[in-house]
Amino acid sequence: MILPTPSGTRDVLPDEMRELRAITEAIRGVFDQHGYGEIWTPALEYEEVLERADLGEGRAVYRMFDEHGKVLTLRWDMTVPIARVVATRYANAEPPLRFAYFAHAYRDVRPQRGLPREQFQAGIELVGSPAPEGTAEALTVLCRALDATGLRAYRIGLGSAALYPSLMEEAGVPEAARAGLLGELATRDFVGLRRRVGELDLPAAMADALVEVPQMRGGREILDRVGERGHVEMLRRLYDLLDEDVRARLIFDLGLVRQLGYYTGAVFEVYDPALGAPIGRGGRYDDLLGKFGRDLPAVGFALNVDRLHIALTGEERG
Amino acid sequence: MADAGRRPEVARTGGRSPLLGLRIAVPRGALFRETLEVLDRLGVDTSEVRANDRKLLFEDVGIITMRPSDVPTYVEAGAADLGITGKDVLMEQAEREVYELHDLGYGLCKMVLATEEGEDKAAEALRRLGVMRVATKYKRVASEYFLRTGRQAEIVEVKGSVELAPLTGLVEAIVDLTATGTTLRENGLVIREEIATSTARLIANPVAHKLKAAAIDDLLGRLREG
Repeated sequence: MILPTPSGTRDVLPDEMRELRAITEAIRGVFDQHGYGEIWTPALEYEEVLERADLGEGRAVYRMFDEHGKVLTLRWDMTVPIARVVATRYANAEPPLRFAYFAHAYRDVRPQRGLPREQFQAGIELVGSPAPEGTAEALTVLCRALDATGLRAYRIGLGSAALYPSLMEEAGVPEAARAGLLGELATRDFVGLRRRVGELDLPAAMADALVEVPQMRGGREILDRVGERGHVEMLRRLYDLLDEDVRARLIFDLGLVRQLGYYTGAVFEVYDPALGAPIGRGGRYDDLLGKFGRDLPAVGFALNVDRLHIALTGEERG
Repeated sequence: MADAGRRPEVARTGGRSPLLGLRIAVPRGALFRETLEVLDRLGVDTSEVRANDRKLLFEDVGIITMRPSDVPTYVEAGAADLGITGKDVLMEQAEREVYELHDLGYGLCKMVLATEEGEDKAAEALRRLGVMRVATKYKRVASEYFLRTGRQAEIVEVKGSVELAPLTGLVEAIVDLTATGTTLRENGLVIREEIATSTARLIANPVAHKLKAAAIDDLLGRLREG
């Protein structure tokens, strides 16, 4: 009898599991070595608790009711549950706090290659360590973890969620138009961005910056081309803190905007030439913990283990 | 598509070709000729592509050819770094994670709502039956349009000639793409509303956009210059 599993889910059988296990064990060793303690949290949480994270509209999740009629959701990431853990179980602990996880996250996405609805993630959260030092540590652990898996050609795209909003502020973009511009960036539509900026009747230099800056990506030199404006200085200071081998992996990408509502500062994505989609992402979320009752700056990342596996296999064959 | 994201680097053309080692998905069909002209102006040798309409992969010049609606699929998966396709296709496949880099300007057409000449049967159906039936190849664009304009519509997805649907009583209206309106006129249909305009767009894979930034920006610069 052939009995299906829900769309976007699948079974993992021993041959694949051995390979996935080798990857996660390599990563676990690195997390452990850097002082990140592994935790578990429930896959199911009260929706009203996770919703404190204020992720904006349209976050697709799985919901159900418990026996008291309360709404439960399957966690869509580990960052928000860990914010809850920090506020409730580490209310008085001296920061910084370091957590690692290997866990499934659930999102009602369009299933595509390496992006199931039940996604296995490996990641860390560094709580109570501000920018740029905390970000530098997270990027370093990220590179060490990827190195440990044997992935060779990966690069890390690094930008700032605060950059474009500050650019809009500086350019005098009316409040009402800002969400529209961010929307074009979030859907990666530079044609639409150019059109919307053109409709705003801004000075030419400002309009050009709004269209050109988010298309800039490359080495550290692109930061100088932007000058002193909006949050670029923070990226410079971050760069200065990094080891040479981590710097060599970086691609500054000034068009990276926050993929998740809670990112506040540096945001980053992991790329590999063997795969057409990011392998993982992360960033700073300095305002999230406060919403759970313990106001601490934080940074973290999640690697998509399936995609990492695909990239490793691709590099091996390539 | 199991190997979609994999790049056989040995077979690639290296950094000296006009496309700088990038692979571009080229749409066959209405945008084909002008797309090849654009590539010609960039210095790409498209003579083999023009001469051979069965072959699909032209590895030496970095071109793969396909139907326009498949272009976002290949580009999103990274099987092509860049692609050219119509905005109509991108609107219909809005969930694709690709960068839209440049409006190439050609292939101008309109997405329209059309019905039979004479009294507007769609308006009548909406008034008397509460719902109008609409045939289209653009299910998402049509659904979103009717939602946005506050009208109830039953979308009937068809693959072939949409013009046939209202003439046979299958539906009262169609949502379709038209360049000159000739096909609509010849079938006794008139445009009632314009929904959107569409032109050819250059799209890029999100990872290639970072890892091959210099090559893509160089190409984009040359395209913008004309």
